[in-house]
Amino acid sequence: MTAAFRPGRIALHVFLVLTCLVTLSPLLWALYASLRTYDDTARNGYFSIAESLTFDNFTSAWTTADLPHYYLNTLIVTVPALVLVLLLSSMVAYGVSRYSFRFNLVLLMLFTAGNLLPQQVIVTPLYRLYLLTPLPAWLSDSELLLDSQLGLVLIHVAFQSGFCVFVLSNYMKTIPAELGEAARVDGAGVFRQYWQVILPLCRPALAALATLEFTWIYNDFLWALVLIQTGDKMPITSALQNLKGTFFVDNNLVAAGSLLVALPTLVVFFTLQRQFIGGLTLGSTKG
Amino acid sequence: MTALQSPQSPRSPAEPAGTSAPSPTSRRGRRRRATALAPRDKLVLGLMLGIPSLVHIALVWVPALGSVGLSFSSWDGIGGFADIEWVGFQNYVDILTRYPRFWPAFRHNLIWLLFLLVVPTVAGLLLAVLLDRQLRFGRIYQSALYLPMVLSLALVGFIWQLIYQPEQGLLNNVLGTASTDPVNWLGDPDINLYAVLVAAGWRHTGYIMLLYLAGLKSVDPALKEAAALDGANAWQTFFRVTFPVLKPVNVVVLVVTVIEGLRAFDIVYVINKGRNGLELLSVLVTDNIIGESSRIGWGSALAVVLLLISLGFIITYLFQVFREEDRA
Repeated sequence: MTAAFRPGRIALHVFLVLTCLVTLSPLLWALYASLRTYDDTARNGYFSIAESLTFDNFTSAWTTADLPHYYLNTLIVTVPALVLVLLLSSMVAYGVSRYSFRFNLVLLMLFTAGNLLPQQVIVTPLYRLYLLTPLPAWLSDSELLLDSQLGLVLIHVAFQSGFCVFVLSNYMKTIPAELGEAARVDGAGVFRQYWQVILPLCRPALAALATLEFTWIYNDFLWALVLIQTGDKMPITSALQNLKGTFFVDNNLVAAGSLLVALPTLVVFFTLQRQFIGGLTLGSTKG
Repeated sequence: MTALQSPQSPRSPAEPAGTSAPSPTSRRGRRRRATALAPRDKLVLGLMLGIPSLVHIALVWVPALGSVGLSFSSWDGIGGFADIEWVGFQNYVDILTRYPRFWPAFRHNLIWLLFLLVVPTVAGLLLAVLLDRQLRFGRIYQSALYLPMVLSLALVGFIWQLIYQPEQGLLNNVLGTASTDPVNWLGDPDINLYAVLVAAGWRHTGYIMLLYLAGLKSVDPALKEAAALDGANAWQTFFRVTFPVLKPVNVVVLVVTVIEGLRAFDIVYVINKGRNGLELLSVLVTDNIIGESSRIGWGSALAVVLLLISLGFIITYLFQVFREEDRA
């Protein structure tokens, strides 16, 4: 008997298939509900065979909840935050991993520990700080860091840089020092060594981190809930709370709306799964 | 940042703790084929390290310390810093003795931590062990089990509400209690915490599995072969050989889980704003900013309780990670 047909193997496959089905069931249930009409579920209940399947709930959730608007809100926070966090973190990681100076390890520890703090430890004084920081009107109509997209970008950058510095410095340590040295002999300054030699070699790690950070920033709920006060400016994950009110009790719409909100992260997961997984394991094990 | 030096030997670019602040002579001794950095390079490097550090410190560590400072104050947030009244440990005393929501929240956080440390950890480890072999469809299984990980906890709250609804939800219908005696999974304060924990654990298990799978891949197969040669069965091999080797992963899992548990907020907030059996410390802190009350000192003291709990684990983690650095 080959390995594939041993009873043990079959039992293993049965167990794994069942586990996967149970794991996926909440999403499948939401998908099923989202494809049914309100009349159908009102008459037959949700636990029944569908009379017909339709995408109407998706189009309806899309327009009634004004989802494009909230996607855009998320986009204008996520993209700058993502670019900035990778840029700033890679600079610190470069300095910490390739040069030796007095505060080297302390700095690395500071970033690593900062990444692990519960957000609630930070949020109260941060709110006050944002309330006290004026911004010019062209940057934010609140004229404060509070209730501004810039403020949201800044805290994402500050908070997420802890994880990114940690991961990137581990990665950069695996790059032989001779590479930077050769560039230095050729007269390249510190910044050019970083930008033209080290950073291109970090592409796999940067791709992994970008995937992961996109998901995390997209999924943020607390920062926006506290630091954004105008409902109109909320990113989509935090706007969910209001969407619930918009949809009232129509579960089919709630299901469709939820899936639409999940869609970007699901797309990222299915297309960039290797990077996503890679980023998480890079963070947990050494280089 | 005056002690900047040029690149070190190839395999040890970052110096371990013991040698990072040595005397000038030993520093010169370590400087190998190096010439000191040019003043311009020193400046550039200073900026490359300084600007991000400044952002991180100003927006993460200053507020964190601010929480500690403000926790000794009584301040409703009106007026400037001059209006802050300092009250010593009064906030802490009041929270521990008079605040009716504190101990339930504390207990819920504790249950949350214990649950996450037991259920998703055991499930994740089991699945990782099962999947850590040449297996047809192995990748598909992994993808399915990872999937919940990409969803936000807020969204998890939304999706699971569809499962837990008394009459229309999947669970009561599968159990057959929907029409007769529907269980109000999220509304009953005796059980809603556990219902929410199942949803949170659903998302957490994939993460734990991923961490253990990565750990298992790095276990030297020779170890297992040696154990097998010595006549160990699969159980013995796992518990006596594989599991002890996984210790670094266990520490990461422990820390990740505890931090995740202390941060938990989104899911209960989405379900019922963290009331009626779903109180958590994180909710109490947030209530003092966006909720009905605005007691800055009070909220900060609650945040410090969270900080104190997490600090032990953060230090454990740093110790684990940077001690390895020493050995590397």
